[in-house]
Amino acid sequence: MSERASSLSGASGTELLRLSGVRKSFGDHVVLREVDLTIEPGQCVVLIGASGSGKSTLLRCVNLLEVVDDGVITFEGRDITDPQVDGDEVRSRMGMVFQAYNLFPHLDVIGNVTLALRLVHGVEAREARSRGLAMLDRVGLSEKALARPDDLSGGQQQRVAIARALVANPRLMLLDEVTSALDPELVGEVLDLLTELKGEGVTMLLNTHEMGFARDVADQVCFLHDGRIHERGSPDQVIGDPQEERTRAFLSRIRA
Amino acid sequence: MSEQLTGQVAEDWRPSEVQRERDEWRRRRTLRSAVIAAGSTLLLLGGLGGAVVSSPGWQRVQETYFDWDKAVSSFPAVLEGLWLNIRVMIVCWILILVLSLTVAIVRTLRGPVAFPLRLLGTAYVDVFRGLPLLLVIFLLGFGGPALGLSGMPRSPLFWGGLALVLSYSAYVAEVFRAGIESVHPSQRLAGRSLGLSYGQTLRHVVLPQAWRRVIPPLMNDLVSLQKDSGLIAVLGVSDAIRKAQIETALDFNYTPYVVAGVLFCCLTIPMARLTDRYARKKGYHGAGGLL
Ligand SMILES: Nc1ncnc2c1ncn2[C@@H]1O[C@H](COP(=O)(O)OP(=O)(O)OP(=O)(O)O)[C@@H](O)[C@H]1O
Ligand SMILES: [Mg+2]
Repeated sequence: MSERASSLSGASGTELLRLSGVRKSFGDHVVLREVDLTIEPGQCVVLIGASGSGKSTLLRCVNLLEVVDDGVITFEGRDITDPQVDGDEVRSRMGMVFQAYNLFPHLDVIGNVTLALRLVHGVEAREARSRGLAMLDRVGLSEKALARPDDLSGGQQQRVAIARALVANPRLMLLDEVTSALDPELVGEVLDLLTELKGEGVTMLLNTHEMGFARDVADQVCFLHDGRIHERGSPDQVIGDPQEERTRAFLSRIRA
Repeated sequence: MSEQLTGQVAEDWRPSEVQRERDEWRRRRTLRSAVIAAGSTLLLLGGLGGAVVSSPGWQRVQETYFDWDKAVSSFPAVLEGLWLNIRVMIVCWILILVLSLTVAIVRTLRGPVAFPLRLLGTAYVDVFRGLPLLLVIFLLGFGGPALGLSGMPRSPLFWGGLALVLSYSAYVAEVFRAGIESVHPSQRLAGRSLGLSYGQTLRHVVLPQAWRRVIPPLMNDLVSLQKDSGLIAVLGVSDAIRKAQIETALDFNYTPYVVAGVLFCCLTIPMARLTDRYARKKGYHGAGGLL
């Protein structure tokens, strides 16, 4: 694990990801108006905001699954919004986890975890398998390696999805509401895993409705509203003592 | 240890009064349904058979269509013809799978570069789904050799097979396309987010899932191809139907056609049952429609 931690903080001092003036709309509907954001290596940045405020859209823009309408995203010092950039290569250096897990139902658990290692990172099958098993062990699922995703509980599926995103040592993890599809008693196991990853120095950009978790794990909390980051700061500041009226209204609504 | 435990629990268990009554009732009902089913089947078949056999023309029909000696004497020739049908079917089926999968993939490509290909694929599917198979066989079977294209065989078998492949691929391509489009877009997203290219995502994520879903309708089309392979007889290819025709012409006894029919059924019925079983196992309800 220390190997990954050091590779993640390799570019220490300079930011890993920077968004400046990012704009994204679907038809007439402007979702992101002008988003500015930076993440240092090893940091955990948590996006909060109402449903439909564009949190998922923002993560997908960073992962180049959506093309921005304007603005610049730099990742590891390179402008990845440049149309000449190889999107597949950029995505292979990030790990993305989806709300609905999106595991591949036709592959077993180890097959899910090792697919990208073999196809994208050119890791030979045996080596991929042992790295996959080590990663499954890491998320506490080594005995489920040969199970089908559909035979796992929601919490187990989401941990497999995290293992799948993490196995190729991504520089940045993007996690899109990874607990909101889970039964309440399963949320804890996934959040505990994320807290451990944070402790190992994995850089994370995530959005969540779990304010308690956000307070524990975030280095920076960003409240997304009206296509902009309306308020940002430490969790104690933004969640504990919000300055903006909108932020207070949002927080009181989800606490109610 | 735990096995012993569960074993003991199972031995201790005695069905309650209520459960014994339920079991008894179910047993009686099963027996009664079986008796009713057997009785009504016998009645129906007996009635139909009686009606046919007692009809005024039965004597003549039996002589011309169900002549046992004629059946035995024509059997080897018809069977030999059927072997050709089987070979045609296998070769055509492989070509159909390749061509239709290609067309289906082309039709799901996006972006302006793929536009002409997409247009071509759509036009092909529309035209060949619109043309009756027999018409395609006539057009290609007689027109193809007449073209005298250098390097192209002139045999009616080749052109008849080509007609089958072109006609069927148009249908099967639509089956594949429906399968590809039935895979949820979030699967593509997941593949791409791992850094897989468009092609890798298609090959390793989308197609394996689509393939599973289309197996029942594909098997259905294979059953249909088995019998339609007999249509190339109209080109004079000596398949089972053509052989039966030749045998029939000797003495105007139509029994060889019945022999051919029985042989075709021997091919298609097991396949159809297999399709049915597979589909039911997978909880798929679309394939049973024609069976
Ligand atoms: N592919 C798309 N086409 C059209 N509109 C879209 C698309 N994706 C998202 N939107 C719209 O963009 C807005 C923001 O969506 P997004 O999923 O980013 O919100 P969110 O903040 O993640 O919400 P939630 O908390 O409910 O997940 C919504 O109004 C949504 O309808
Ligand atoms: Mg969302």
